[in-house]
Amino acid sequence: MKRTVYADNSATTKISPKALDAMMPYLTEEYGNPSSIYSKGREAKKAVEEARRKVAKAIGAETNEVYFTSGGSEADNWAIKGTARRLAKKGKKHIITTVFEHHAVLHTVSSLEKEGFEITYIKVSKDGYVDPEDVKNAIRDDTAIVSVMYANNEIGSIQPISEIGAICHKRGVLFHTDAVQALGNVEIDVKKQNIDMMSMSAHKVHGPKGVGALYCRKGIILQNLIDGGAQERSKRAGTENTAGIVGFGSAIEEICENIPERAKRISQMRDKLLANILKIDRVRLNGGMENRMPGNINVSFEGVEGESLLLWLDLNGICASSGSACTSGSLDPSHVLLAIGLPAEIAHGSLRISLGDYNTMEDVDYISEKIPEIITRLRAMSPLWERIVKGENK
Amino acid sequence: MYSDKVMEHFSNPRNVGEIENADGIGEVGNAVCGDIMKMYIKVENNIITDVKFKTFGCGAAIATSSMATEMIKGKSIDEAVKLSNKAVIEALDGLPPAKIHCSVLAEEAVKAALSDYYTKQGIDPVSILGEQKGCSSCSGCNLNCGE
Repeated sequence: MKRTVYADNSATTKISPKALDAMMPYLTEEYGNPSSIYSKGREAKKAVEEARRKVAKAIGAETNEVYFTSGGSEADNWAIKGTARRLAKKGKKHIITTVFEHHAVLHTVSSLEKEGFEITYIKVSKDGYVDPEDVKNAIRDDTAIVSVMYANNEIGSIQPISEIGAICHKRGVLFHTDAVQALGNVEIDVKKQNIDMMSMSAHKVHGPKGVGALYCRKGIILQNLIDGGAQERSKRAGTENTAGIVGFGSAIEEICENIPERAKRISQMRDKLLANILKIDRVRLNGGMENRMPGNINVSFEGVEGESLLLWLDLNGICASSGSACTSGSLDPSHVLLAIGLPAEIAHGSLRISLGDYNTMEDVDYISEKIPEIITRLRAMSPLWERIVKGENK
Repeated sequence: MYSDKVMEHFSNPRNVGEIENADGIGEVGNAVCGDIMKMYIKVENNIITDVKFKTFGCGAAIATSSMATEMIKGKSIDEAVKLSNKAVIEALDGLPPAKIHCSVLAEEAVKAALSDYYTKQGIDPVSILGEQKGCSSCSGCNLNCGE
């Protein structure tokens, strides 16, 4: 039988059996609307509030500072649009973010740009880190909000969030972070780390898809993105995704139980796999190792195109991801890899492997065995590789 | 997203390699855009007796190269001149919209090899093949690929 190795945990994760168990009653018998007054409704409401308490506890927030959303993208849209549009009325029409954010942030700010906002995109170092000094220098009197991702989704670089938050607070500017990737991988304390708003997603932490949350510090006035009923304390309308929310609460509680141990186990697998991959000729690691997500590997193989590499991995049962243009629907390679200075021809040959809780050392051995075979096969038919090798022989 | 036919040609590409002393060699695409196709043809009595290719590119790039070589092998050069990207797409049971440019590249690779062949025969290729389009005809990237 063909072996399947799921190594794309930054894309999504397998649902935890515990989270699924917690959800099941709300997908079957406990179908009451949390807004209903009778006991079936009250039971559902209680479950939503219990999940809220769990999410808040996991990030050091107060329960009433957590709002459930449809996912990370909605949380990003809401945090940025909901504060920027309000502050614009006070003359604050400047937003700071980084060049390598997720599209949920980049496309949100570009839509605000059309509304008349001015956007500053902070550059990142070749290892994929934001320099807090750059944020400091970019802040103006009319800056409304700073949004810097907690950890990059492609290269796994973890940003100096506390420092950036402190800088923003000193200048009285709101600080938002997209922590969709970081959640469960690093210990987050929104209060200690000076975070005003933070986006989260359930399906990256072994919860279900279609649910996420926005942490919004008490006292911040956030304009609604979705108007309607009085759910989420009248801040976000729509009947609650009860089962999804319960699953999120269960999953975040489980994953945040012991982050250091979890990170240690996953990074040990990652380090072994990375060492094996780096034995291949003409391969480079993208992103620094110092502050990196425990399961993240991002490498570029010269002379090989990323999509064909992914397809061959898939033929061998391995699920991974690429920064290649061909996987994104456009012809441009990953904006993240270009942002850290990779030439397009190298960025096309990149591979992201993201290990998680359900991976094993056997998976690492299997991937380690398959990658060199595939690279050899693709390079043997690559005119670019032929040119690279000839260039060497000159 | 890919048809079974595309996956079949991708995982088991026909005519991969090089031809020593080829009668025509064509190379199209570039590394910045993420696709390079190099095609070699052997011609005897106006018949393409052998064809080989090497491709750096995505699944569709490899599959279209493979299919294009199969479609011109054993054919006369006059027939090969007529090979269109559309015919390659049809033979592969379709391509996703974002991958149409790969089939264009495969057609151009064949034409580039033929062009080289004609040139070597002392025939002006433009009179037969017309002007070769190059990168400016490419549909979609924002990169400056230097052509």
